Amino acid sequence: MSALLSVQGLRVEIARRGRAMTAIDDVSFEIAAGEILGVVGESGAGKSVTGTAVLGLLERPARQAGGRILFDGRRIDTLDEDAMRALRGKEIAAVFQDPLTSLDPLMTIGDQLTETIRTHLDLNPAEAVERAARLLAEVGIPAPRERLASYPHEMSGGMRQRVVLALAFSCEPRLIIADEPTTALDVSIQAQILDLLRAMCRERGTAVMLVTHDMGVIAEVADRVAVMYAGRLVEVGPTASLLAAAAHPYTRGLMASIPDLHRRDVELAQIPGSMPRPDAPVPGCAFHPRCPRALVRCASERPPTFTVGASEVACWLADPVARSAA
Amino acid sequence: MSFVLGRLGQTVLVLLVAAFVSFALFRYVGDPVNNMVGQSASLADREAMRAALGLDDAFILQFARFVGNALTGDFGMSYRFGQPVATLIAERFPATLELALISMLIATGLGVPLGVWTALHRDHWAAQALMAASLIGVALPTFLIGIALILFFSVWLGWLPSFGRGQVVAIGGWSTGLLTTSGLRALVLPAVTLGVFQLALILRLARAEMLEVMRADFIRFARARGLKPRAIQYRHALRNTLVPVVTMIGLQFGNVFAFSIIVETVFQWPGLGLLVIQAIQFADVPLLAAYLVLIALCFAVINLAVDLAYVAIDPRVRSGAGVRRTA
Repeated sequence: MSALLSVQGLRVEIARRGRAMTAIDDVSFEIAAGEILGVVGESGAGKSVTGTAVLGLLERPARQAGGRILFDGRRIDTLDEDAMRALRGKEIAAVFQDPLTSLDPLMTIGDQLTETIRTHLDLNPAEAVERAARLLAEVGIPAPRERLASYPHEMSGGMRQRVVLALAFSCEPRLIIADEPTTALDVSIQAQILDLLRAMCRERGTAVMLVTHDMGVIAEVADRVAVMYAGRLVEVGPTASLLAAAAHPYTRGLMASIPDLHRRDVELAQIPGSMPRPDAPVPGCAFHPRCPRALVRCASERPPTFTVGASEVACWLADPVARSAA
Repeated sequence: MSFVLGRLGQTVLVLLVAAFVSFALFRYVGDPVNNMVGQSASLADREAMRAALGLDDAFILQFARFVGNALTGDFGMSYRFGQPVATLIAERFPATLELALISMLIATGLGVPLGVWTALHRDHWAAQALMAASLIGVALPTFLIGIALILFFSVWLGWLPSFGRGQVVAIGGWSTGLLTTSGLRALVLPAVTLGVFQLALILRLARAEMLEVMRADFIRFARARGLKPRAIQYRHALRNTLVPVVTMIGLQFGNVFAFSIIVETVFQWPGLGLLVIQAIQFADVPLLAAYLVLIALCFAVINLAVDLAYVAIDPRVRSGAGVRRTA
C-alpha cells in the first residue's frame, strides 16, 4: 500500500543569532489514505512545526534543512509557491487551534467560504454559495443559509470551529492537518468537534494528521499514534497496541501521567525534569537524562529505529541484539 | 441611525464643554480693556468700556450670552480689529481648511499605500530607504521643512511661489484657491510642508499594523486555505490594518490645525493661524474663543466621520460589540 503522505528524514532548522538550531531532527512517518494519525508530545516537541512543514508554510527563521515530503507519490517540499498554494486548501487543508482567531473578523463566513471554494474550484458565484450553505449544514450549523451572512464575532467558539471545519472540507481535501483543533474549546464542545471531524473524515475517506498534546483525544479518534520528543520521533504504532503496551520509556511516562478518574487515591505520575531546548541539544538519545531505564550507550549513541510488534521504536532497549543478549 | 443620533448628541455636548473651557480660560489671559483704551484713559472711561462690553456681568451670564449669540452665528466683535468675529473667521477659515485637507489628503494618499508596500517588501532596498526617510520626516521640525522647500523650489528653481494663496475664486461665501492654477501652485509648498510629518507618521503606523496583521492567525489560516497572496494582502490584511490607521488619521487632524499656525507663518498663508497669533498677542478674547470653538467643531466632525468609517469597515462596531481602539 502506498502512503498518501510520506515524510522522509525531515529536518527543520531555526536560525537564531546566526546559529542554526535543529527543531525537527530526522523525522519519518507515513499516513495512508483515510487514516487518522495522532501526533503527540509536549509543547515544543516539534508537532506543529512538522504540520507546518507539510503544509509548506514554514516561515523565516524556520526552514526545511533536509528530508523529503511526498504527497500521493509526488514530492511537494520542492514545489514552487504557486504550485504549493494550489495544493493547499484543495488537497491538503488545515484546522488550527484557536477558532476565535482563525477567521477574518471583518468578513462574513459566507464570503470566506465562497472565497476559498472559488479559489480552488471552477464554480460560479451562485454555485459557490450553494456549496457553502451545504457545507455549513454538514458541520451542523442550524439555518445555514442565514448564517452565511454572519460575521465570526456573532458565533460561539464551538460554532466558529465548525465553520473552520467547513472551510477545511470545502474543496474535499484528501489530507487535513489538524493542529490542536479542540484545545481552545470547552471540554463539552471538544467531544462534539472531535466526533464531527472523525465522522466527516470517515465518510469521505479523508486522512488526518491530528496534532495534539492530549492523549485522551488520541485514544478517541486516532488509528495510529506518533510520539514526538525534542524534535524526534520516538515511537510510532497502532493506537490500541501503543496504549496497551508502549515500548518507549517516554511513551510509558506519558501514559502514566494521564489522570485516572477511578483511581483518585493514586498520586499522578510525572516524568522528572524537562525536555531539552533546541538550543541545548543532548547527545545520544534526547530522552536519556530523564529516562528511568537509561543504558550507558544512551548518553552517547543516538538509537536507530527498531521494529517491536506493530510499532517502530527509537530506543536502545528495543534493540533485538541487546534483548537476545539479555 | 440611532448610532448617528447618539454620536450627534455627544458632539453637541463636547462643543458646549469646549466652549465653556475656552471661555473660562480667556478670562485669565489679560484684561482686554487695557489694550483697547489708551494710556491716558481715566478709570471712569475704563469702567464704561467694561460695562459696554458686558465684562462686569456674572461669569455664567457672560457664558450664557456667548453661547446664545454663538448659536445665531454671532461671536461678538473682535477687540483688535473692531469687526465681527464671524466675518473675520469666515474670511480666513477656507484658507486653513483647504490647506489642512489637502495636506492630509497627500499624507493619507501616500502614507497608507507606501506603509503597506514597505510592510510587504521589508527587505527591498526602497522599503528600507523609505523607512529611513520617514524617520527624518518625523524628526524634522515643520518650519525647517518649509524654509528648505522655499529655498529649493522658490529661490533656486523658481518653480513655485513662496508665499500667499495665489488667485482665489469665491463660491458662495467660500473663497477657494483650488480652482485657479496660481492658487493650486501656491498651495503645493505649504501643503507638502504640513503633510510631511503626517505622511511619515501614517506610513510608519500603516507598516507596523500591516506587519502585525500579517502575523495574525487568520492570515496564516488564509494561507493554509490556499488563497492567492493578493487576496490575502488586500482583501484580508489591509482591511484589518485600516481600523487603527483611520483612528490615527482622525486624531492627527487636530495636530494639522495646530501645525498650520507654523506653516501659515512661514508661507504668509492668509488663514486662521496668522489671525490667531495676532489675537493671542492682543488678548482678543472673542476671537480666540470663537477660534477654539471652531477647532472643537472640526474635531467633533472629524471624529464623527471616523466613527462612521468604523461602521463601514468593522462589523463588530455595528453590532455594538467592543472593538479595540488605538487612541
